[in-house]
Amino acid sequence: MPQNLEHSLASWSGQALKHETSWIDDIDARVRVVCSGLFALVVVLSEQFTPTLLGLFCAFFLVKMSKLNIKRTLRRVIAMDFFMLALICILPFTTPGEPMFTVFGLAASWQGLSHALLITIKANAVLLVLFSLVATMSASTLGHALAHLKVPDKLVHLLLFMVRYLDVISQEYKKMRRAMQARAFVLRTNRHTWKSIGYLFGMLLIRSVERAERISDAMKCRGFCGRYYLNDKMKISNVDWFFGLFFLCFLLLLIGLNIHGLLQ
Amino acid sequence: MHIVDGALSLPVLVTGGVLSAIGVYIGLKKMDYEHLPLVGVLASVFFIASYIHLPLGLSSVHLIMNGLLGILLGWVAFPALLVALLLQVIFFGFGGLLVLGVNTLNIALPAVIIYYVCYKGIRNKNAKVAAIWGAIGGAGAIIITSVMVALSLALSGESFILAAKAILPAHIPIMILEGFVSYAAVYLIHTVKPEFITKEYS
Repeated sequence: MPQNLEHSLASWSGQALKHETSWIDDIDARVRVVCSGLFALVVVLSEQFTPTLLGLFCAFFLVKMSKLNIKRTLRRVIAMDFFMLALICILPFTTPGEPMFTVFGLAASWQGLSHALLITIKANAVLLVLFSLVATMSASTLGHALAHLKVPDKLVHLLLFMVRYLDVISQEYKKMRRAMQARAFVLRTNRHTWKSIGYLFGMLLIRSVERAERISDAMKCRGFCGRYYLNDKMKISNVDWFFGLFFLCFLLLLIGLNIHGLLQ
Repeated sequence: MHIVDGALSLPVLVTGGVLSAIGVYIGLKKMDYEHLPLVGVLASVFFIASYIHLPLGLSSVHLIMNGLLGILLGWVAFPALLVALLLQVIFFGFGGLLVLGVNTLNIALPAVIIYYVCYKGIRNKNAKVAAIWGAIGGAGAIIITSVMVALSLALSGESFILAAKAILPAHIPIMILEGFVSYAAVYLIHTVKPEFITKEYS
């Protein structure tokens, strides 16, 4: 995996993807979560090319609308597409069907190629919609939206706690890595590296758990009884209804296209 | 390790989703609000483990460490990994939304199995013996995970069988590496803070 991607992972602490404010930010978080979930459901279960391609176009449109940083968004998707490229190379040879061409006596089939392309389109469409609708809110907003959507309370709390601690622990990790680098430690393929990383990981666990105990004590001392309160009142406004209805109609269109394709 | 959306067939998706939901349910039952900070912290440590990239010959691999997480958390590994994977899908684009159930099952079920397999061994008084059990757990979790990933692909269609077969040998180096790293991690924890492993969290 490229170094820059690792970096972006290491410094994530629950903030939204970088983007300029757009009208998508004004839409209620719950509507966005539900819409992208339904979108994933419809697109992944589609069998035809037309609805999935339409879904992909819709995804591109939403990415454009949400004013995401195009370069960064594409970088994230491309990491996955390298994997898809391998799939596109393998599937034609393993799927029986009309031969497209033969290499070393192995026939590549059109069916295999179209199957691989279909998977690629679906995966990209779902990710892009998630980026534009859900990743444009911060992880804690997402947690609150999930809580309002009746996701189990403990799960939401776990998410909120995790988002809160990610940054803290990642700082700790970076500090320890820097200390190792200062002692001229270089990652290589040998037992010394694995042992050192194992020690690093074990130490990270110990420090984090001790930290969790301290945090937990401090929170209890201030009257924390094991749960956050969700104070924000989420309200569904006209814009949300409009967007939700419009999105639903689009999904119905995709479903209709699927049924139409099946009947033919 | 992350399977993407659109690759798996509907029965596999549904089975994975249902089994994961059961796992998450059991995990949530076993987890009190009292333990939330601890589980949250551990889940984020494992989130961070997945961006520690180690060189392996010419390429590089990232740690998964689900075996060690299982040893520490037991069934609570299910909700912890579900949340970690959800965040990774939404904010980083690893995997997919509908395959979340399958992906969670593939990583969390081995963790729970390792919890039961290594329960006794990891609590051994001798640090070396405990560390060897840690290594078995670390490597074992990777084996089970790769078998499960291969199975979920193979069950989704004939055309994936070749890819499924390729997954197993591809994971052998990762397995060895995780074994060594887990050995060192457990050894260190055992010498520095033995009560950390022997304590019950769930």
